[in-house]
Amino acid sequence: MIAVQNVNPLRAYFKKKKLGIYLLLIFFSIFFLLPVYVLIVTGLKSFKEVGLSNMWSIPLHATIAAFEKAFSKLAPHFINSLIITVPATLISALLGSLNGYILSKWKFKGANVIFVLILFGMFIPYQSVLIPLVQFMQVIGLYGKLGGLVLVHSIYGIPITTLIFRNYYAEVPDELLEAAYLDGQGILGVYRYIIFPISMPAFLVVFIWQFTNIWNEFLFAVTITQSPEQQPLTVALRNLAGSQIVEWNVQMAGAFLAAVPTLIIYVLLGKFFIRGLLAGSVKG
Amino acid sequence: MIRSKRDQRIGFAIVIPGFILLGIFVYGFIGWTLAVSFSGWEGILPNWDFMGLKNFISLFHSERFRIDLLNTFFFSILFLGFCVVLGFTLAMLLDKITGGEAIFRNIFLFPLAISFVVTGVVWRWIFNPTVGINALIKNLFGINIAWGWFTETKSFLGFNYALIPVVIAAGWQLTGYVMAMVLAGIRAIPIEVIESASIDGAGEFRKMTDIIIPIIKPVLFASLIILGHISLKIFDLVYTMTGSGTAFVTDFPSMYMFETTFQGHFYAEGSGISIIMLLLVAVVIVPYLYSVLKKEKA
Repeated sequence: MIAVQNVNPLRAYFKKKKLGIYLLLIFFSIFFLLPVYVLIVTGLKSFKEVGLSNMWSIPLHATIAAFEKAFSKLAPHFINSLIITVPATLISALLGSLNGYILSKWKFKGANVIFVLILFGMFIPYQSVLIPLVQFMQVIGLYGKLGGLVLVHSIYGIPITTLIFRNYYAEVPDELLEAAYLDGQGILGVYRYIIFPISMPAFLVVFIWQFTNIWNEFLFAVTITQSPEQQPLTVALRNLAGSQIVEWNVQMAGAFLAAVPTLIIYVLLGKFFIRGLLAGSVKG
Repeated sequence: MIRSKRDQRIGFAIVIPGFILLGIFVYGFIGWTLAVSFSGWEGILPNWDFMGLKNFISLFHSERFRIDLLNTFFFSILFLGFCVVLGFTLAMLLDKITGGEAIFRNIFLFPLAISFVVTGVVWRWIFNPTVGINALIKNLFGINIAWGWFTETKSFLGFNYALIPVVIAAGWQLTGYVMAMVLAGIRAIPIEVIESASIDGAGEFRKMTDIIIPIIKPVLFASLIILGHISLKIFDLVYTMTGSGTAFVTDFPSMYMFETTFQGHFYAEGSGISIIMLLLVAVVIVPYLYSVLKKEKA
């Protein structure tokens, strides 16, 4: 009798090259890239070409007209989103860094309780603060203003930024601080000369995380802004896509443009983005 | 570490303004919302008459809210199942290859960097009953599909089929999160552990069920909690992609809250919904935070 098992050369080749695994990964990749295909292909079509029969096909006469139209509609809102996102990112990062420093290295009585109370703030459904928030914004005159959204994102950003910095500083050995402290530096001097200079990786994680989240945020944006001129990008995009008159090609081009800034950040600094992502599960 | 009383006080002074601000914006405002939920405020002008639990009772008698809770329940189960099964599978596959690992990983992760609004706009098109997937299938195979996707009004035991496209869109966006968590968990397993199992003759499947899954269980659990609380709050995606739908087939508490509060000015009803949403999230999050921080102390 001749043993016949395990001699199929094709199967052996497949196993060695892990072709099965690659085929599965390619299959799933198609699912994940499908929306990107739809965005680009539809965005590059002229209105004439966006017909029922060729909805999914590659454009025969590619044109960037839809991108131009979407850009001219969305450009002011890009600026609005930048005006909100940049200051709110910086403020929440700085507050988080100081909080994280005190809560990890200068624990006072009740510091852990305060930390938990802060942390809970990042999980609440914002609906549960929305009605008082709108009233409060009206009272202080920031309702409907970009400044109002800067304030909101700076404050509600504190929990996640505090968490990331606290976890980061917890790894810094106490001896390092001790040395500076014995050199006569106070709490602020230790922060300035020891902690802050080594904080850049954590700042990078926090900047990227906050920028992405504030840029993408919708609920606060849609409730706090009123006039169309004040709307950030997400609200403007949703209005663009919600109107029946606007053609599919312009909607898709607009959605693509809205995603570009955070995608660029992801492509360039994905490693730090993922660190922020993992930190969100509290353990870090 | 020796610390002077003075520095300790400075430290306290640095952080306290931020804490107070956050305290007002989180706990103060929640308290305020709670007060509104007990009031009779059903119009532009506040009405602070105390109504007790009336708003909550009428919510639980509301057909729309009943549908919302059922939708949340089914959506959460399917969405979590989708993300965990696919995310875990992708992580296991990626762990087996070396060439091209980074490319595939980024393909599965990039949706996390995108706004729910963008996701909603694209998937609304893909599942549009006339121009979307139905047209693709017709063009490719010549088969006419009459399925309405997110406009479908059929249901099974309270499960609205219209939720399926929303689950797919949300899963598309957040599966990468589970994958990243599981990959981080697998990579933290010492290589010797896996190797010794191989030497003991454990096959791939045994290695997965007997070693990898027990070790990464906490990681899986953490990602379930995070995704679970996201699904309880889901708003942006649904608001952009489907809206409430015919007979509320794709309605959620967040949508109800938004409409009744900011379009209908039924503030008391809106805050009642918010408070229930908060309680649902708290049931998931509070025990989790408690267990994580207790472990940290130990």
